[in-house]
Amino acid sequence: MQTFDWKKYLIVLLITSGLFFTAIYLTNYFSNRKIDQLKLIQDQISTSILSSETEFSLLSELSCKNVSNVALSDQLDELGSKLEWGQENLGMTAEVLNLKKYYSLLEIKDYLLMKRISARCGVKSAFILYFYTTAENCTLCDQESIVLATLRSKYPELRVYSFDYGIDLSAVKAMLNIYKIKDTALPALVVGDDVLTGFHSLEELEKVVTDAFKLQEVKPETTNKAEDKAVKP
Amino acid sequence: MDAISTTIFYVLMFLSVYVQVFFLITFLENRKKIVTRSGSISLSRYPAVTIIVPSFNEEKTIYRTVRSVLDLNYPKDKLKVFLIDDGSTDGTWNAISKFGKNKNIKLFRKENGGKYTALNLGLQNTETDFIGCLDADSFVHPEALSRIMSYFGKNPSTMAVVPSVTVHQPKGIIQNAQKAEYEMGVYLKKMLSFIGAIDVTPGPFTIFKKKVFDDLGPYRHAHNTEDMEIAYRMQKNHYKIEHCNDAYVYTNTPHTIPKLFRQRLRWIYGFINNTFDYKEILFSRKHGNFSLFTLPARAISVVSVAYIFGSMIYSIGNFIYSKIIQVQASGFHLGGNAFKFDFFFLDFQASIFISLAIYAIMIFSVIFGRKMASGKWSFPFEALYFFVVFLLIAPFWVLKAFYNTILARTPAWR
Repeated sequence: MQTFDWKKYLIVLLITSGLFFTAIYLTNYFSNRKIDQLKLIQDQISTSILSSETEFSLLSELSCKNVSNVALSDQLDELGSKLEWGQENLGMTAEVLNLKKYYSLLEIKDYLLMKRISARCGVKSAFILYFYTTAENCTLCDQESIVLATLRSKYPELRVYSFDYGIDLSAVKAMLNIYKIKDTALPALVVGDDVLTGFHSLEELEKVVTDAFKLQEVKPETTNKAEDKAVKP
Repeated sequence: MDAISTTIFYVLMFLSVYVQVFFLITFLENRKKIVTRSGSISLSRYPAVTIIVPSFNEEKTIYRTVRSVLDLNYPKDKLKVFLIDDGSTDGTWNAISKFGKNKNIKLFRKENGGKYTALNLGLQNTETDFIGCLDADSFVHPEALSRIMSYFGKNPSTMAVVPSVTVHQPKGIIQNAQKAEYEMGVYLKKMLSFIGAIDVTPGPFTIFKKKVFDDLGPYRHAHNTEDMEIAYRMQKNHYKIEHCNDAYVYTNTPHTIPKLFRQRLRWIYGFINNTFDYKEILFSRKHGNFSLFTLPARAISVVSVAYIFGSMIYSIGNFIYSKIIQVQASGFHLGGNAFKFDFFFLDFQASIFISLAIYAIMIFSVIFGRKMASGKWSFPFEALYFFVVFLLIAPFWVLKAFYNTILARTPAWR
């Protein structure tokens, strides 16, 4: 008769479970650290936006000279890509969802502020509002995101604000209403005053954007100048 | 779909960790019992032993194989050697005929019928109480036989003793990968021996009591893995198999991927089909650890390999798909965004930690296997080859073995 030791099987089961729980604990620990990191970036951006707004309100009546065009775009981009990664790898938890809502709000605030600065001070800037969906498998959205990323790398002064159509946030819903965007027509882009729906290739979009540029240009000679510091006196 | 595959993945991971921890606990329980002798030993009694050397087209290695048997440190009058030519078409017969004058050696020549038929011819002619086989591509250490026989002397209920098989003069990545694998095999075999659950009595130099064959019958074809089937049969009938870790046998291993592929295909195919033939003892409490641990553990490893392959193909497919979409959308843009390292994007999934734990235990087992097989402590750098070579090609022979099983095609020896 073979020896057979139930106790050993049980002990091994306990140790194995222990190893598994440790692994899960470590994973949670690192996930939380990442979420904290995201929160920190958001707080920084939020402070920067508030500071710019305040600065603008204080000085706009007098002169545009002192208004620095705050380059938040890179920071927002970084946050956006980290959030996207988090959504894929940490799962769409309540925390990640909240962070995403906050991110959308920051985007809108940045957008409004930039618009005011460019309108009042005649700063050349180009904005694209981009609406996509994660609710269903949207291959065209994936492709459009890649096109926009490529476009951004070609025109650093271009600002792209991306919004998840399905996000439960009244500010985003208000924008959807303003531009009359339906979920059947995603991806959707707002360039200047035009609403473009469906997929648009790089060439198409490039043309639209450069046209929109010219409309906003106050003085043609600033076209080739780097835009970050170009503030009209 | 994603949730199902994730669940399967974690279940397989859990089971794999379970198996590794089981071995580790067995090691911790029994580590003081592991004895590695370095010199020669003397036995109180030297029973007569017959060594059968079956051969088929092995003219290149058989001379050294037979020499190693004749050089065994064992009384010459107690050692009989049967050289059996299983219908070779090369110069094997000429090579073994040189030994014809030696009175301890008996030559046999038969029509080709497969290794098990050659072994059975030897069994029919055996008159000694102990019997062993040595594949014609392997060589024995001079002390191997007396060390093995000491196990029979210690425990009269032992019916078979398996040696430590290691790789003969490994060259290149493929053979060094196998070196690490065989060293891990030494460790695992010793652990299985402690829990009475060895599932293979390897062709190179396992010594049996003749009673095993008298009681249970001769070797069978057994899907070309007769050394696995006889172990299953012994376990089914509660015949004790032990492992003598300091009895060394050096075997020639495949040095090319196609040859390795064919060998492993035969092993896995043999495992699947022998297990199927003995399915009634699977999970039977009466058959102890062999039924409840060894067979399920082997099955888990086979399924895991197949699963890893499936998910690898899936990830590669996904990657290619995303690249295609990217190219479709915006054409080729190399180096558009400079890669910036950011700690944030390091993935800390639970599976990463668990994999690390599995690798750590595996490296540990290679280190201890090497210690048992050579008496030396050293870090097994070959283990890295092992992970690469086996992770990349093991899935193919596993899947082919399933495929052959479904179509009932027995893989060839060579």
